[in-house]
Amino acid sequence: MTANLMIDFVPVWTIILGLGVFFYVLLDGFDLGVGILYGFARDTNERNLMMNSVAPVWDGNETWLILGGVGLLAAFPLAFAIIIPAVYFPIALMLLALIFRGVAFEFRFRDAPHRGFWDHGFCYGSAIATFSQGIVLGAFIQGFQTDGRVFSGTSLDCFTPFSLTVGVSLLFGYALLGAGWLVLKTEGELQAWARRSGRIAFAGVGLAVLAVSAWTPLASPDIQARWFSWPNIVYLAPVPIVTALIAWGTYRALSDPQSEWGPFVGAVGLFVMSYFGIGISLFPMIVPHRFTLWEAASAPSTQAFLLVGTLFLLPVILVYTGWSYYVFRGKVRADVGYH
Amino acid sequence: MTLDPVLLSRLQFVWVVAWHILLPAFTVGLASYIAVMEGLHFATGQKIYLRISTFWIRVFSVSFGMGVVSGIVMPFQFGTNWSRWSFATANVLSPMLAYEGLTAFFLEAAFLGVLLFGRKLVPPWAHFFAALMVAAGTLLSTFWILSVNSWMQTPAGAEFVDGRFMPTDWTAIVFNPSFPTRFGHTVCGFYVTTGFVVLGVAAWYLRHQRAVAEARLMLSATLWLLLALVPLQLLLGDASGLVTRTYQPAKLAAIEARWETASRVPLTLFAIPDEAQATNHAAIDIPDLGSLILTHDPNGTVQGLKDFPREDWPPVAIPFFAFRLMVGIGTVMLLTVIGANLMRLGAGLYTRHWLLRTLELTAPLGFIAVLAGWVTTEVGRQPWTVYGLMRTADSVSPSLTGWNVLLSLAGYVLAYAVIYPGGLLVMARIISRGPGAPEVEEPVESGRPKGPVRGVPDARPDALPGGGTA
Repeated sequence: MTANLMIDFVPVWTIILGLGVFFYVLLDGFDLGVGILYGFARDTNERNLMMNSVAPVWDGNETWLILGGVGLLAAFPLAFAIIIPAVYFPIALMLLALIFRGVAFEFRFRDAPHRGFWDHGFCYGSAIATFSQGIVLGAFIQGFQTDGRVFSGTSLDCFTPFSLTVGVSLLFGYALLGAGWLVLKTEGELQAWARRSGRIAFAGVGLAVLAVSAWTPLASPDIQARWFSWPNIVYLAPVPIVTALIAWGTYRALSDPQSEWGPFVGAVGLFVMSYFGIGISLFPMIVPHRFTLWEAASAPSTQAFLLVGTLFLLPVILVYTGWSYYVFRGKVRADVGYH
Repeated sequence: MTLDPVLLSRLQFVWVVAWHILLPAFTVGLASYIAVMEGLHFATGQKIYLRISTFWIRVFSVSFGMGVVSGIVMPFQFGTNWSRWSFATANVLSPMLAYEGLTAFFLEAAFLGVLLFGRKLVPPWAHFFAALMVAAGTLLSTFWILSVNSWMQTPAGAEFVDGRFMPTDWTAIVFNPSFPTRFGHTVCGFYVTTGFVVLGVAAWYLRHQRAVAEARLMLSATLWLLLALVPLQLLLGDASGLVTRTYQPAKLAAIEARWETASRVPLTLFAIPDEAQATNHAAIDIPDLGSLILTHDPNGTVQGLKDFPREDWPPVAIPFFAFRLMVGIGTVMLLTVIGANLMRLGAGLYTRHWLLRTLELTAPLGFIAVLAGWVTTEVGRQPWTVYGLMRTADSVSPSLTGWNVLLSLAGYVLAYAVIYPGGLLVMARIISRGPGAPEVEEPVESGRPKGPVRGVPDARPDALPGGGTA
């Protein structure tokens, strides 16, 4: 154990947790996005196909949420203990919404008399869960009132114009991911519809990225200095430029009837860049403006004990999760899944 | 009246865990059962195993989905409502929670998709393998979460420094004193719970002369299994009791409503415990049997609650009655299983109306016993979250107000009041349709009033794309 104490596990845990949360955003992002678009689907057949396109994988996607939450507790318990009570209502709302949209998969299919109710449960559940996650993200960027090692604000502090704006932004973001997924998994009319929906979501995402990118540095002098001070402005200039290029490519792909992978990959690219942007703004804080990753870290023995298994298990998880995606590869089939 | 965030947070935790635990109580056993049926089908190629497996996979998919979504609620409860506890215990308990996700949840989730939807897409061995992995995942999940729970009951391998627990010995933490018996007792209890559900469903089919071949197989095999598991469960419960006596004597005193420390204590079958007076009313005692059962020695000494400071007493009446409910159900189960197995001799097992009816009525008993056992051990742990070291009152999130928790609790109550009856209804329909029923029961109709409805398939199930089997 004494040897362990010499090693700094914080960087590796930052990467693991960062990847875990990103996988969650990406994977549950597209199936929540499909849920959001589900509310605008034109007929039952399309709804069936949309639901089936995510039915075999949503459960695994949502598991990354548990890993994100528990990983934060394990690696940075002080952050968990401050942030989670501070976003009490968005978390509760997200959980309730996830309950309804999660059971909707089975219930809609097997409880025909109440199918309309579960259709709404799936669509509104997906949208409310997404909106709540956006509020959590917005509140996180703004920071929390603390007193020593505890959150000292109230449970309503997290609802601000900024956090609500981020909530709306995420709705468009997940919808874009969902549209990209549907382009990949469907064909014909539904695919064309997914492209059109994707373009609407894309417009929303564009506005949201601009608004949040302008608002964040205006609201925080630290973040402003991070981006606009010399020489940072030179080093970080590629971030907005690459984002703009990806955005242009994404829109092209959404408009090109031949592009199968383009919209999804483009949407993923936009999320990667936004994620980087948030990371650059906030690093090295894990409780923004209060505690750094190192200040919030758990005991080295704890991080070491969990790291041993994680380094072995995460690749294994990626392999068999990849295999389960491979099994359900290609266009969603009418005879596989709920119908 | 002031709203107490501690009390309301406890009520919320009780509400979300109590409903959640009913699902693993069923799915842990059912996953293993499905894996065995898939294995038998894979090995023998007999279609009857496939029909039984396919049937139970449908029930499983509903209960498992509910288990997933009600389970995601749990780790977030730690943060939203119990942030002081989370911060204090994170260094010790969080790796186990994370390992639960890494070893169990991902495994279950990835292979569940293949188990539910992949029969046509993967070779038979891969489908069997998926069933095995789902079953393994449910057991691994039980392993880790019970290790966490047991550590809170019997903390070990850590020291308390500056308001936080710091790990010193991971083996001692994971395999803390109450873990082995708790794990055995819980998993066996889950298997027995599932077994009684399978018995009840099979008995219902037999009584209605439906799916007779499948029902006979389910009934017979499950009865043999339960003939071993129910007595084993009583032994594991006894072992748990011995651990409790060593490590949590105040809990044992509450369970038995013992106020004075004494040897040759009686077994109190029934009483009305009076905490204010520290005495029992209307007690029905059997002399000396208490010492014999609790200590395996008729002269054994059992500690009474008066040995402990009053502020460290758990509530007495709740564990006392919950424990008696659990043991009572265990006794009924033992008699049922022995009686039903004896009926094999006269060949009346599959036909006697009263026997089948009894098996139907005992089907839900396991769930009640699981809840009663959970109440016994968790209420008996009070007033601590980490036994003897951290109080429940010191564990709650400091920022919460009573109305915050009341509002979220109302949300959880409403949500579960919709999805649990909904889930029960759906499972009842699957069961009433029986093994071998087509996958699709009703035509797919418009679910949303707005928007034109196009491409709605023909009303006949067999005219649907895919023909109605999956």
